[in-house]
Amino acid sequence: MTEYLGLSMLLFTIGAAGVLVRRNAIVVFMCVELMLNAANLALVSFSRQHGELDGQLAAFFVMVVAAAEVVVGLAIIVSIYRTRRSTSVDDASLLKA
Amino acid sequence: MTAFWVLAPFMVLAALGLVLARKAVHAALCLAVVMISLAVLYAAQGAPFLFAVQIVVYTGAIMMLFLFVLMLVGVETAESLTETIPGQRLGAVVVALVFGALGVVGVAQSVTGAVVGVEQANEGGNVEGLAALMFGPYVLAFEATAALLITAVLGAMVLAHRERLAARLTQREVAEGRLQDYARHGTHPGQLPTPGVFARHNAVDTPALLPDGSVADASVPAPLRARDQVRPGDRAEVDAVARELEPGTGEGRDR
Repeated sequence: MTEYLGLSMLLFTIGAAGVLVRRNAIVVFMCVELMLNAANLALVSFSRQHGELDGQLAAFFVMVVAAAEVVVGLAIIVSIYRTRRSTSVDDASLLKA
Repeated sequence: MTAFWVLAPFMVLAALGLVLARKAVHAALCLAVVMISLAVLYAAQGAPFLFAVQIVVYTGAIMMLFLFVLMLVGVETAESLTETIPGQRLGAVVVALVFGALGVVGVAQSVTGAVVGVEQANEGGNVEGLAALMFGPYVLAFEATAALLITAVLGAMVLAHRERLAARLTQREVAEGRLQDYARHGTHPGQLPTPGVFARHNAVDTPALLPDGSVADASVPAPLRARDQVRPGDRAEVDAVARELEPGTGEGRDR
């Protein structure tokens, strides 16, 4: 059980580091997906630990939310790309004071 | 447990590849590896429904969407490697290491007691068990999910929709514009040369060769030119073909 949680934590950390390091908005987005997946693994593992299916159901809801998030996020990236011809997160700084 | 120890190193390597890969497409492939391995781990932990959903929704739908947008957007854009904030990368790595160490140690101490296992909960079938939960105690969350999905669909439609600002050009206007371009700048009004004309191959990355043997730039798609993947035009190959067709004429001809 501890191994599964350790792996999940490791994947989460790598995803978080990717969000901090990468500039390409799409790759940043993929790193967020990796973090969500890692959380799912922890949920499924805890479900097995306690012998209840609630954890698996929570993982399922996370997947649904992730799907909705990807759709909206990628639409935002595409519309930013249309106006600015770039997907770098450094370039989208218009809202800065 | 075997599945875990076989897959875990691959997953960590692929996750590192996702962060370190230079090209976004490689990062996407690494992420797909992680997701498929996760699906196998779900199956190994008594979650066959999540195994199927993970493959269908994540590796199927979401990764497909990512690759689609990558092809739409990111092919020509290169990521700059200069740091906007000095020391940001090093700082991020240090913070991640500390966070990871802290998390792994904390998680290792969080689990107490023996593993119960989901065999008993899965007795009437995993899908049936999940359904009883979803339409029982969690039915409100399920309804909220429906609202969320509809909102997401509407949001994506609004964001991706583009209003047509000018009237659509008719065929006649396009033709007149081309001829005016020809009159003003001398742009060739006809179609662009196709790749591979007078060349050895007819693949799209093979440029057409002009009669003097030089490369016709317009004959290769712009993304290939931007990525520097154009196959160089080879005079020797052209000569070889010419010799093949008409023996004795390839070499000394004046070009």
